Amino acid sequence: MRANYKVELASGVFLLIGVAALVWLATAATDFGQDIGDDTYTLSARFQDVADLRPGSPVKIGGVTIGKVESITLDPVSFEAVVSMSIASRYNEIPSDTGAAILTSGVLGDRYLGLEPGGAPDVLQDGDEMFITQSAFVLEQVIGKFIFSAGSEDGTE
Amino acid sequence: MDTPTTPFRNIVKPFWEAGRCLLFFFLMLTGLRLEGSQWRSVLQQIYLVGARSLVIIMICGFFVGMVLSLQAVNSLEQFGAQDQVGLLVGKSIFRELGPVLTALLFAGRAGTSITAEIGLMKATNQIEAMHLMAIDPVHRIALPRFVAGVISVPLLTAIFSAMAILGSVIFSIGVMGLDTGIFWSKLQTSVHFHQDLMQGVLKSFVFGGTVSLVAVYFGYDSKPTGAGVGTATTNTVVLSSVLILIFDFIITSFLT
Repeated sequence: MRANYKVELASGVFLLIGVAALVWLATAATDFGQDIGDDTYTLSARFQDVADLRPGSPVKIGGVTIGKVESITLDPVSFEAVVSMSIASRYNEIPSDTGAAILTSGVLGDRYLGLEPGGAPDVLQDGDEMFITQSAFVLEQVIGKFIFSAGSEDGTE
Repeated sequence: MDTPTTPFRNIVKPFWEAGRCLLFFFLMLTGLRLEGSQWRSVLQQIYLVGARSLVIIMICGFFVGMVLSLQAVNSLEQFGAQDQVGLLVGKSIFRELGPVLTALLFAGRAGTSITAEIGLMKATNQIEAMHLMAIDPVHRIALPRFVAGVISVPLLTAIFSAMAILGSVIFSIGVMGLDTGIFWSKLQTSVHFHQDLMQGVLKSFVFGGTVSLVAVYFGYDSKPTGAGVGTATTNTVVLSSVLILIFDFIITSFLT
């Protein structure tokens, strides 16, 4: 058994280092443990255009992630995109006149849903809808408008 | 057993070989007992194939991380996007380079030694002797090596990836002067636990099983001569490397 002692110690140390490396990678180098938790409530908002917002995209107030987009569906009558999001329950005092806007992190970064808190005394409950919304900034449309308006200006002169 | 003697020998042979290998695999798994003496031999093999491969894995991982960040910084600099280095290094290491390079290194470092060891046991009639003593050599010799490979490769992959991230941190932050906070926050916001890290871990389990099965099978199947053991060792490296890259593509295309 004396010879086996070294072998068992070395394999034990190896297994330990391997598991430690995995844990370190998970906590330091991935989004592991940054979930908002299971304790959430649901809000929704309607947009003309959600661009490339996806289920799983973060919902932020003041740059801090407070929830994520659960689903994006199309209202078959009004043809608006209905975004349903889950918000962590500890942020349960969001005013009812809060606005929602689809923003971009960086110039060409990922889309996220930014909430702009209003000042109303009553708060949003589970299942409520936000009515003040601002659609995504789509570069092609803005450039298109710019070219169009520049052209018409020339025409009137 | 001899190879089949049909006119289409060269076409039939790979399938015949694959079927034999699969039969060998199931035959081997019937011996899985999960009790004291078997665990002890598995632990012994983990030491031989896993713990002894630690140094080469760590050195390779470190330099892969460094060279990847060097290339990334040079290329992304043209777009002014050096901030994305952490993201690029993290994703490519976790998803592809970690599992694949570790498995290739493992095939070269441990797969060959398993094949050569079993082949030599066969050449020196040790396998025959076990048969005579009514000990099943497949369960006694092949199984612990296979199980040890399946356990070791994912852990080696984790160590390889950790060293690569460390190498990338040292190079891109220490040498190229990128911002520490941006580097880590890019990793923590854009690299996903399930999609990126766990996909790599799943791959490494498959690769570990593949390399170990190929190694024990070729060792067990080798001709009991010096040249036969040499051929079997070469075949182990060649076939494991090819299979790793094929399986890598298949798993990736199913998971994304």
